[in-house]
Amino acid sequence: MYEFNYRRASSVSDAVASSGQSDDASYLAGGMTLIPVLKFRLASPSDIIDLAGLGELKGIRTENGAVVVGAMTTHAEVAGSSEVRQPIPALADLAESIGDPQVRNRGTIGGSIANADPAADYPAAVVGLGATVHTNSRTIGADDFFTDMFETALEPGELVTAVSFPVPDRAAYMKFPNPASRYAIVGVMVSQSGEEVRVAVTGAGGSVFRVPEMEQALAVNFAPEAVAGISVSADGLNEDIHASPEYRAHLVTVMARRAVAAAG
Amino acid sequence: MDTGIGAAVTRKEDFRFLTGQGNYTDDIARPGQAHAVFVRSVVAHANLRSVDTEAASAMPGVVAVFTGDDLEGVGGVPCGFAPDGGPMNEPPRPVLAQGKVRFVGDMVAMVIAETLEQARDAAEAVDVDYNEIPAVVSMEAAQAEGAPTLHDLDDNSCFSWGIGDAEATDAAFARADHVTTLELVNNRKCPNAIEPRAAIGEYDSAHDSYTLYTTSQNPHVIRLLMGAFVLGIPEHKLRVVSPDVGGGFGSKIPHYPEEIAVTWAGKQVGRPVKWTAERTESFLSDTHGRDHITRVELACTSDGEFLGLRVHTQANMGAYLSTFGPLIPTYLYGTLLAGLYTTPAIRCDVVGVFTNTAPVDAERGAGRPEATFLLERVVETAARELGIDPVELRRRNFIPADALPYQTPVIVQYDSGNYEGVLDRAAEAADYAGFARRREEARSRGRLRGIGFAGYIEACGMAPSNIAGIIGARAGLFEAAQVRVHPTGSVSVYTGSHSHGQGHETTFAQIVSDRLGIPFENVDVVHGDTDQIPFGMGTYGSRSLAVGGSAICKALDKIIAKGKKIAAHALEAGESDIDFESGEFRVRGTDKSVGFGDIALSAYVPHNYPLEELEPGLDEGAFYDPANFTFPAGCHICEVEVDPETGTTQIVNWNAVDDFGKIVNPMIVDGQVHGGIAHGVGQAMLENCAYDEESGQLLSGSLTDYCIPRADDLPSFHIETTETPCPHNPLGVKGCGEAGAIAAPAALINAITDAIGVAHVDMPATPEKVWAALQSAQGE
Ligand SMILES: Cc1cc2nc3c(=O)[nH]c(=O)nc-3n(C[C@H](O)[C@H](O)[C@H](O)COP(=O)(O)OP(=O)(O)OC[C@H]3O[C@@H](n4cnc5c(N)ncnc54)[C@H](O)[C@@H]3O)c2cc1C
Repeated sequence: MYEFNYRRASSVSDAVASSGQSDDASYLAGGMTLIPVLKFRLASPSDIIDLAGLGELKGIRTENGAVVVGAMTTHAEVAGSSEVRQPIPALADLAESIGDPQVRNRGTIGGSIANADPAADYPAAVVGLGATVHTNSRTIGADDFFTDMFETALEPGELVTAVSFPVPDRAAYMKFPNPASRYAIVGVMVSQSGEEVRVAVTGAGGSVFRVPEMEQALAVNFAPEAVAGISVSADGLNEDIHASPEYRAHLVTVMARRAVAAAG
Repeated sequence: MDTGIGAAVTRKEDFRFLTGQGNYTDDIARPGQAHAVFVRSVVAHANLRSVDTEAASAMPGVVAVFTGDDLEGVGGVPCGFAPDGGPMNEPPRPVLAQGKVRFVGDMVAMVIAETLEQARDAAEAVDVDYNEIPAVVSMEAAQAEGAPTLHDLDDNSCFSWGIGDAEATDAAFARADHVTTLELVNNRKCPNAIEPRAAIGEYDSAHDSYTLYTTSQNPHVIRLLMGAFVLGIPEHKLRVVSPDVGGGFGSKIPHYPEEIAVTWAGKQVGRPVKWTAERTESFLSDTHGRDHITRVELACTSDGEFLGLRVHTQANMGAYLSTFGPLIPTYLYGTLLAGLYTTPAIRCDVVGVFTNTAPVDAERGAGRPEATFLLERVVETAARELGIDPVELRRRNFIPADALPYQTPVIVQYDSGNYEGVLDRAAEAADYAGFARRREEARSRGRLRGIGFAGYIEACGMAPSNIAGIIGARAGLFEAAQVRVHPTGSVSVYTGSHSHGQGHETTFAQIVSDRLGIPFENVDVVHGDTDQIPFGMGTYGSRSLAVGGSAICKALDKIIAKGKKIAAHALEAGESDIDFESGEFRVRGTDKSVGFGDIALSAYVPHNYPLEELEPGLDEGAFYDPANFTFPAGCHICEVEVDPETGTTQIVNWNAVDDFGKIVNPMIVDGQVHGGIAHGVGQAMLENCAYDEESGQLLSGSLTDYCIPRADDLPSFHIETTETPCPHNPLGVKGCGEAGAIAAPAALINAITDAIGVAHVDMPATPEKVWAALQSAQGE
């Protein structure tokens, strides 16, 4: 690690103000990504602003029929919350599938989506469930939030405060985990809310993406067979030692079909 | 509670490990110690234009910065083995790079500072100017016409070696009805001991002596290699301490340049110098295992009698020769190719190749997993091609129990065993007869179920020193022990077999407790310090109990013999009339006896004692040189279910029957077998040490990319042992530490290929590879 100044924020506005005053600040949430990055000396922020003390960013509540998850809520809290599991079991299942118990007890939804790892699970939930991201200054629609690999619509210093998930009629998440890291090689969230169907894929591409062809087919017939014959192109999908683009493309179809089946 | 031989005694050492009281090298803080960080090459192959240390030297807290130039005149890292039967290129391996780097992770400079963070900061300020050369990463690239050479040699070849009768093998192939051929890759692995390597070098100017604390499986070997061949320090001036060591899997056998660097630097800077590897550093610089490309051919008659076996292997040595690198793919490999079978003619040719990758050396099983994999794969494939049941084909070719001892066509002579008996028992335990039904049931759930067998034999208990010498080892392979009986009858045992997790403190204490008839608690085992232990060759190749345990037995025999003399005097009887049993010396046929504790006391308080004939004290040492290798053998049967849509394999059953000879502690044996299977499953399904073919960058340099098996990757194992005692060591033991790692890969790949109906899938059989194999099978 390089040296940095550490500050513990006392409120959201204090955090944002501190960030604004510094050359190059980083918010610290669960630290599950940031700390390793610092230890590898891959980043050298001048200031670390710790969000740990901000009660206003924690917890889960139901508001206007949507499930609102505070940015500092851990994956374990989401997985274990009946306020999540009852209306949106797919979201609780997704949180449960992240990493290992240590990671789930530290990592937060805000940190996960702000980081926008192409293999992270939450992006599939945000886009696949059509959520809204709340920040200190505005709200951002799911489809506008994730812009590229490790890139989001957040402005410098902008702080995610909560994510609100509308409750779908049905939804399910299917994940094909990387055997080593257990991040998603491919993860597919499928949801149906009235007329609207969403199919969001994480892990396969540089950033989470939707599959309109599947969505249209499912809007007509929400059944596994509807997507079984639909495949995404392998062009531009991720390639690493764990999976080729072709295999990822294949898994998108398999996981989508299984998600539809599980959504029932 | 029984604590003798055969009892499942819980491990003595676990209390300190589980309560955080273990004492590992990194736990040691020497007064005044400074911290070292190595600057490692970020490119795979380059000439060094310059290594500028000026800025680094001026950084806060920096004590010294050394480069290869400073170490000129210090010997290179030595190799401990050159296979006989052909020349071997043995290019020098400097401690710090001299003019050239040859793999990503090669050491360029050493930065020593007051604190670790200061050393890290300064290491980043060392300016290395690399003049890159194209890297040769694969063995194919290294052997290509005109390939860039790593060393000052004509090409990248290290050695070319063969074993067995080529003519007889060709003749066998000429009259064969059927030849089964496979092209196999034995994938490169990173051993990944949970404790990363670490070392502290310290110089004592008052006594002109050196101490090295290091994470080694064999501290005496390190003392010998570093003292005699590198730094020129005589044994009495060099102490090597390996305290608790958190696993090694072979990667802590070799002598490493970091050990030399800290020991040398400790004198230069006049204070202890400590280094501990980070996990990524371990991936880059620990020796790797396996990495073979092999073509194997099995010649048979139409009814499946094996006539001949031909093997061609390319073995990756990495960029430099590690201590035992060239031993692994030669004598620890070719000599096991008879397996459990009577194949009369065998020929194996191996070339060792230098590439721009980390050095390759022993990893759990070392050579024997590679041999077993190709043999059991080709046998299973032959069975499928010939339409003979794989169990039946093996039965037809087994060395019959009454043919033992059995001389193989590849040097070694098996001592004892019952191979058919082991297979029969395993097949029964696995309910082989019911497999077809289980396969049908799985199919109804959309799963492809397969079964795979692997018989194996290994040569353990290394090794008769005369044979070791003939085949090219530059060392003897005996073991030493000292049994010190204290005046009140408690015992300290000093063993040269270093424990890095195997539970020696328990097993060895059981032997002593059993032989001397004294409580288990009265025995402590001391290991890992060259100043305390008379000598030792260390722990690897499942040798600790067979060789180290035998040395202890020899010393115990001397203790008992001396005790009888003391007892004869005390009981006023003839020495030949004294029996020793259950801790009592007794005059045969009488009720006159004296306890072991009384004899110990009188040895140290020799008031009533035959002082004219006998020295006081009860403290005996022994060296034991084994008469032969030991030959554990067994059969593992694995059942898998494959999800054809994703290629995911789930292991659903694992049955193993192993013959380890006599068993001292069945609980520890179970643990070794479990760990061994996990190791083998890791290799076969999960672990892939991958380098970028162009750049030579390690692509699997962290645990998020390198997949070590976890509990949920494994089924519950059903394991049993059978027992044909080893005839040539006093305990009748054979060794169990590597068996699972040797048997598992073949059993698993045989099961997967059976499930999906293809000839072969390379390891690691990842979901994508299995899926791709299914795709191409369906395309055909
Ligand atoms: C071993 C391991 C396994 C993992 N497996 C998975 C997995 O299977 N699936 C998965 O999805 N993830 C996985 N993760 C990631 C983990 O779940 C976290 O989601 C992730 O590390 C980020 O969350 P965090 O709270 O730890 O954020 P931090 O590491 O604290 O921060 C990450 C980044 O987000 C920024 N940030 C944090 N909070 C906010 C905020 N409120 N507003 C704006 N910016 C913010 C930080 O400045 C930083 O740049 C794994 C991590 C580890 C270490």
